[in-house]
This record gives sequence, C-alpha cells and structure tokens, in this order.
Amino acid sequence: MNHDEQATWQRHCPVPVPLDGERITLAHGEGGRVMRKFIRESIVSSLGDEVLHSMGDATHLPQIDGRLAFTTDSFVVSPLFFPGGNIGSLSVYGTVNDLAVSGARPLYLALSLILEEGLPLAIVDRVLESVAQAAVATSARIVTGDTKVVPRGMADGLFINTTGVGQLIGPVPPGPSSLCEGDELIVTGPIGQHGIAVMCAREELSLEPPPQSDSGSLVRVAVLLREQLGTRLRTMRDATRGGVTAVLHEWAEASQHTLTISQADIPISPSVRGACELLGLDPLHVANEGTLVAAVEQGFADLALRALHSCPESVGAARIGRVEQRGFAPVTIRRTLGPDQPLDDPTGAPLPRIC
Amino acid sequence: MCLGIPGRIVRWIEREDPLARAEVEFDGVRRVCHMACVTEAQEGDYVIVHAGVAISRVDPEEAKRIFEDLAALGGDDGWKRGQS
Amino acid sequence: MKYLDEYRDPIAARKLLAEIRRCATRPWTLMEVCGGQTHGLLRHGIDVELEDTVELIHGPGCPVCVTPSEAIDFAQQLAMTDDVILTSFGDMLRVPGSGRSLLDVRASGGRVRTVYSPLDAVDLAKRHPQEEVVFFAVGFETTAPATALAVKQAARDGVDNFSLLVAHVRVQPAMEAIVQLPDNRVQAFLAAGHVCTVMGYESYEPFVDTHKLPVVVTGFEPLDLLDGILAAVRQLESGEARVENQYGRSARREGNIAAQDIVHEVYECSDREWRGFGVIPRGGLRLRDEWGRFDARQRFPAGIALPIVESTLCRSADVLAGRIKPTECSAFGTSCTPESPLGAPMVSSEGACAAYMSYRPRRQPQTT
Repeated sequence: MNHDEQATWQRHCPVPVPLDGERITLAHGEGGRVMRKFIRESIVSSLGDEVLHSMGDATHLPQIDGRLAFTTDSFVVSPLFFPGGNIGSLSVYGTVNDLAVSGARPLYLALSLILEEGLPLAIVDRVLESVAQAAVATSARIVTGDTKVVPRGMADGLFINTTGVGQLIGPVPPGPSSLCEGDELIVTGPIGQHGIAVMCAREELSLEPPPQSDSGSLVRVAVLLREQLGTRLRTMRDATRGGVTAVLHEWAEASQHTLTISQADIPISPSVRGACELLGLDPLHVANEGTLVAAVEQGFADLALRALHSCPESVGAARIGRVEQRGFAPVTIRRTLGPDQPLDDPTGAPLPRIC
Repeated sequence: MCLGIPGRIVRWIEREDPLARAEVEFDGVRRVCHMACVTEAQEGDYVIVHAGVAISRVDPEEAKRIFEDLAALGGDDGWKRGQS
Repeated sequence: MKYLDEYRDPIAARKLLAEIRRCATRPWTLMEVCGGQTHGLLRHGIDVELEDTVELIHGPGCPVCVTPSEAIDFAQQLAMTDDVILTSFGDMLRVPGSGRSLLDVRASGGRVRTVYSPLDAVDLAKRHPQEEVVFFAVGFETTAPATALAVKQAARDGVDNFSLLVAHVRVQPAMEAIVQLPDNRVQAFLAAGHVCTVMGYESYEPFVDTHKLPVVVTGFEPLDLLDGILAAVRQLESGEARVENQYGRSARREGNIAAQDIVHEVYECSDREWRGFGVIPRGGLRLRDEWGRFDARQRFPAGIALPIVESTLCRSADVLAGRIKPTECSAFGTSCTPESPLGAPMVSSEGACAAYMSYRPRRQPQTT
C-alpha cells in the first residue's frame, strides 16, 4: 500500500482528527490490558448492547422458532466516510438488507473489525457510533464481535465484516427461478447513488453538491412488499455491486427468460444524471446500497407501487420493465428509437472515461 | 472518442486569467471547468465540456436548426414505419 | 438536460429515419470516424434500423485502442517506479500493453490513479511535491487542449514534478490513410463533431476536393447521428461531395481558434504508430522542444522494450479500416473478448469490437 492511498481516510474524514490524538497500535489487538480496555471503553460502550458486556467467547441467544436466514459480508470502502454514510453504517445496512430481501426479519449481527495500525481512535469511535445508530434503525442487535489490528500498510484504515441471522417469515418469495412471462419489474428508488457518491469522493472529482449515497435500511421496504403482495412477490434483491444491471442479468440466467426495461422509466436523481453524463457512466451499472429491485406478478405492480410510495425510503419507486420469453439477449433495454437493445453486463467496476 | 457534455455557466472565476475558470452546472451537479478556450461565453450560456475543459460555446440558434429542418419535412413522422 | 434530451427525442428520430429511408435509392456505405459515434449508433440500434438502407462501417476513432503497446508498457513501467504516480483517464486503465493493463499493474503495487481532467493531475502534483506525477495523455485533437493547458498551468505555477507521456493522435491523417487503401469502400464520412469543434473543418475541404467523398461533421446524440446520415445520403444521391456541418451548435468552420493556439503552442505534429494500423504520417502530436522538461520520455529513462507480439488471429487492421465487421472475425467473442482482448478495437469499451460485444452479441439460438 502506498502513502497516497494510505491517506484516503485522512483526506475524507469529516471528524477533526487531532494529529496528537490517540491512535490504534498493535497493542490494541494483542489480547492484553490495552485491548481489553479498548474493547470495553470504545467498542462495547459505543454499541451499547448489554450482552456484549459479558465479553465472553460466544454469546448465548434465546431459542428462535422456525427457519433462519444466515448471511455474511465484508466491507472495504475507500474513502471510509462518504457523503450519505460511512463504512460503519454501510456494514450494518448491507448485511441487514441481504437478510431483508431474502424474506427474513433481521435479528442478530456479529461485527468484526480489522484495524490498521495508526488509525486515529476518533475515527473508530465515529464509525462505531454509526454502526450503533444503524443497528437501532434496523432493530438488529449486535451480539458478538472481534477486533484485530494489522501493521501499518496492511489495510486501508479499517475493514469490517458483519454476519447476520434473521428469522424467515412466511411466505418467503420463491426466488428468481420462478419468474414468468409478464411479471413486472420495480426499483424502489432513484438508482446509482451510492456508487457515484463513493467514486466522486475517492477520485476527488470535485462535483458540487457532492452526490449522496443511498446507503440505508431496506427492512421496511421489504416488509411492505411482502405484506402487500404475499405470494405475488416473486423475488427481490438489493442492487449493490454491478447495479441494477447485475441483478437483471442474474435473474435472466436463473429464469431463462429475457428481462426488458425501458430507459425512460428508470428513476435517476439530477445529480446522478449529471455526474453520469459527465463521467461517461451508465447509472444502471452503478452500485446502490439502499435500493432494491423486485419482480411481481403481472398486474400487481400498481399495488406494489402504491404501497412503496407511502414509505419514505421508497417514495421514488417506479416500474422499469417486465419479464418476457427468452429472446436474443438475456436483458434488453428500450432507448430512444424503439427496438430493444441488449443491455451489456460490464466487466469490472465502472471507471470515469472521456471516450 | 471525446465525450463532450453541455453544461450551463453558473459563474466565472478568474475570468481575466489566461487560465480562466468557471463553475459549470450539469443537471444536478456543478464543477469548476477551465474556460481558456471560450473566454467570450457569458454566465447562463451553455458550453461543451470535455475532460474538464470547455471546448465551445453552444450556439442556441444553430441548436434549433435540426428541429426547423424536421418541421419542414412535414407530415410523415415515420411513426408507422418505426412501429411496424 | 438541455442540449442533450431534445436530441434523444423518439418521435423526431423516427421522422429522420423515415426520411433517410425515403431518400436512399440504393445502399450507401458510410464511415463514422469517432468511437463515440459508433457507440451511439449501436447503443440506440440505429445500425439495425437502417440495415437495408445504409451500411455503417466503423472507423479508427478510438484513441485508446490505437495507443501503441509500447507506450502502454512504458506507462506501466513508470507506474512501478518509486515516487511516481501515473495518472490517466479511466478508459486507459483496462487496455493491455504487450501483456498487462494498468489495472493489473495497480494490483501488483503500481501507483495508478484515474483523473477526470489532466488539470486535476497538476493539482495532484501540487499536493504531492515529493513525488513525480505523470499524466498519460491519450486522445484526439479534442483532448489536446486539456493536456496542453495542464502543461501551461504546471509551468505557470512552477509545478516541476508534473510531466506528460504524450500519445495524442490526429484524426484526419487516419482518414487519409483509409481512403488510400486499395479496397476502400467508404463513400462518405461522418466526421467527429468534437474533433471538429476544436480543429474546425476547413481542412476537410481539400480532402473532399481530392477524394470526391462527402464529409459531414456530425454530433453524438441519436438525432445528431441520424441528421448526419441524412445529410450524407442526400449528398450521395445528388452526386455531390462537399463538407457539410450538421453539428453547428458546437463546431464552426474555423474551429476554436483559442484552443488551436494553445495546442500549437505546446505540441507539434509527428509521425505516429497507430496500434493495429501501423505508422501514420503526421498521425500524432508531440511536445515542442521548449516544453521538453514536461516530457516524461525525457525525464525518465526508457526501459527495455518488450517484444510486441500481436495476435495473428486478430483482424483488427481490417476492422479499423472498415474492411470487415467485428463479427466477421473468427476470434470475435471466442478467443477475443473484453476480458482478454487480442486486438486494439476490443481493448477499450469505445472500440468497435467491444461495442459489438456489448450491443451485438452473436445471437443466441432460440430455446423453444
């Protein structure tokens, strides 16, 4: 890791970090007094859940009835703080959203921190504060965790892993292989916001006002869709890396149908629109962190949209397309002229371009 | 190549400088762009920006030409053939 | 967005399509010069709409694709050099040189950063006075004012840790090279609207007189492209050959004089190797001697050039010259893909082969 990248958390951190303030040292992860004090005073007290105070090797949880959903995700984001969120809130929402879209009510989270030696404690505190707030907002409890410190240069400030357990509440959406001809496709808000926000912050693109990430909880949105639609809801997925395009391609593959969308119906905020035109990016390929794609049975999109529009997290929801018999391409898009065009599945993360 | 996007000049910064700059708006975002090639442009004008540099001032009269030509083409708007 | 959305209007586009079909009494062969135009044509399906009316062959207009492997290898070598930060546009990062791409080099510890503007690279150099910041300057004449301004800014502000690795290419010499090919099929050119915005189109007048081929300065949005095609078809149908400007809202006959002055102050024309094409006389730009201190080639010793082995399967020269469509190459989509490209037009997303991979995949057999 070079100096240039090492400094990303310094450039973007909104917290005034005193240069002489306390920093993470290898001792914070070495199991002795310093580590115990750090875990007790910084981590446990920030997260505030009483089961953490025992600091045991494993947390004992009460019996849960029925089937469980279980998921894990690791979070690496540069910069650690971006407009609309930070790695802390992102690590909670990301895992909770994975549980929610799979049909579960999020219950418990495990939180692992990998800290780079030299990271100011003020940053750790700020990130943990966001973790705690996001956990409260999603009603998920952080019940266990771990902390490791790696030597300077071995990590970009801070990595987080979260693992989540949720209780499946029936009926569980049957999944993308159940998609049928005529099913309607919905997104729950304007797309591309997270990826653009992080890219603008990381590459220092100096756009004003800085585009904001949509990083947030999808728990209420997912519950609402399931309550309103029941078995009419085929499947839903949060459109993270690879954006809406990646979800559509996965579903097309799983269902062996063609998913077709219309450019004119895709909700995009003015700042994402402007940034994408300027940087030569397609917002369909850009990551979201608080927006999901849902497929519903034909004729039920209006019901779904009415419900979604009543919820603050999904007021921007829109129908974007439908499922058709497998045609010449797995995913197609209708642009200006009319004939559907294949929607490409790009390789790798989008990069700003001038060509 | 050459992605060039029209943006509206919001305000000049250092207009008299040989390396003049201005704040330019692209839908929901603004960015400071280099204006050395379009020093004649006024606030409110649109410029085509490529790689952070304005390379022309959009001529509003010329911008209408295509639509005037289309109007002169008359009735057949191609709808039927486009749909069939 | 004003000056974008109205040029994507579907009703107007259909009207233009109908008019093109009405005017064309026989299939004409047009070449769009710029990769941005190729993408627009395929992205909006204009080539399919006009399948039996106009054949659109795709020109060499992707400067990233035609950047020689040797320059990319040198950029990679710089990125691996201590205290050097190599910067470029995002387009350049995935393009392989003789072996790896700059993204690969970054993965193995090289310092590579994307910037939106070359002037941002000067700012980066100011913030990192202990490091050398090199900007890999690719692009047509459109981009040259931006990189020339970067050098001027660095000179004025005394930023002496900034330099350019120049790989700029010029469009018109490539058009000359294409029409002089013995099997040239191009009957009219859609000239690149943003190149003409900077350079003007006066210089196409002798070109048209010599070769008797219409040249229509064309923009990038669907209506612009259709309008350019219509103008070219009308000229061909009436047996005319002149320079016509359908992108008047941005391009003027004399071009942007201020931009040209900045370019001429910093650069001069030079012969240049185009990847997949060979050396094109006066086909590129290089820094004038008085700006030599900003030339990365002078500042850093050249490494050992790696032998460049271009694939024998790849028919990129035929694609770049418009002799074949990308799908006619046996390697297309099989041994040559955007993930592991064999030739220039597959390497950048703006290249003709990459555009066909995105928008014209070989049709999958219908499963019934």
